[in-house]
Amino acid sequence: MDSSGVQSRVIVITSGKGGVGKTTTTSNLSVALARSGHRVVAVDADIGLRNLDVVMGLENRVVYNLIDVVEGSCKLSQALVRDKRVDNLFLLPAAQTRTKDAVSSGQMEELCSMLREEFEYILIDSPAGIESGFRNAVVGADEALVISTPEVPSVRDADRIIGLLESMEKAPIRLVVNRLRTSMVREGEMLDVNDVLDILAIDLIGVVPEDDSVVKSANRGEPLTLSDSSPAALAFQRIAARLAGDEVPFPKFDEENERGLLAGLRRLFGKKD
Amino acid sequence: MGFLKRFFSNGGSKSVAKERLQIVLIHDRADISPEMLDGLRRDIISVITRYMEIDSSRIEMDFDRADRSVAFVANIPVIRIKRGVAPLRDGEQL
Ligand SMILES: Nc1ncnc2c1ncn2[C@@H]1O[C@H](COP(=O)(O)OP(=O)(O)O)[C@@H](O)[C@H]1O
Ligand SMILES: [Mg+2]
Repeated sequence: MDSSGVQSRVIVITSGKGGVGKTTTTSNLSVALARSGHRVVAVDADIGLRNLDVVMGLENRVVYNLIDVVEGSCKLSQALVRDKRVDNLFLLPAAQTRTKDAVSSGQMEELCSMLREEFEYILIDSPAGIESGFRNAVVGADEALVISTPEVPSVRDADRIIGLLESMEKAPIRLVVNRLRTSMVREGEMLDVNDVLDILAIDLIGVVPEDDSVVKSANRGEPLTLSDSSPAALAFQRIAARLAGDEVPFPKFDEENERGLLAGLRRLFGKKD
Repeated sequence: MGFLKRFFSNGGSKSVAKERLQIVLIHDRADISPEMLDGLRRDIISVITRYMEIDSSRIEMDFDRADRSVAFVANIPVIRIKRGVAPLRDGEQL
């Protein structure tokens, strides 16, 4: 529970394979949730490979980091970087010059309980892989978002991660399909969202299309959900709303998951909506 | 005529991708649970020993991947077949 009496949620953003969009997702969802009035902290748990600060555009204001907090070298409030563009948004940066072993699971759990007292949403950007770094990122979380692209290695590794998250009793565990290319799906050259869902058998929380604006926004350090209305920005906004419990329909059959007769007929007649 | 092509062929790389994933994941999921394999081994031994005496120390079990499917392969050395064992009736327990 945070200071205003709202139940806090610690959500880890994770994946099996690296480079599939965890950091992008964490930054955009954090901004979107804060903009809709929630008190949010984005935590970079990718110790040694700090990235969330640059993707969010907050790198120049980092003084202390997560390791300083868990080691007691500074207070939590000193390490939190406030985002001046959005009310109620903070970043807890990772250490860049330390290794994953600088923090233990116990310390991460403690850190999460501290953050629960201040924030409604605690989004944790996790490192790739299934080693200690992953476990540390996940240990204090209630729920998980698993990011996968519609590609064989990514889906395969997502399956492994889902198994681990289930064994750690995280719930709900929900899927973000990232970098979907509608044109390739139409040509039968890319797994569609239903294929991925068939295989992984978990709930979908959203689909983010391949979108050049993601790269541009990372270049500028301006998360898309700050203002943009590009397809990826809209997708992240919808995911944030679903995360907050809103019923948001899944648009466009080949872009997001639309099951049923209409979708089937559309597909049959090759209608591009 | 793009839609006709799509409708009549499923030749894109996507169907290959899906099939390969389904197969590799059966394997992956089987790999990650030694408990399940142990349970399976125990259950199989108890069924088989009703009918034959086996060398349970030399049982080999694994998942084999053929082109399009996964096979569960068990190699169970038989010492002696028992005579006159009635199969279980429906609902009867071992
Ligand atoms: N939907 C997307 N469209 C285009 N590029 C993307 C998309 N999502 C991620 N990327 C790019 O992929 C790369 C890896 O993304 P990142 O979020 O850093 O992944 P991770 O944190 O999982 O390693 C980045 O260069 C990012 O800009
Ligand atoms: Mg990252």
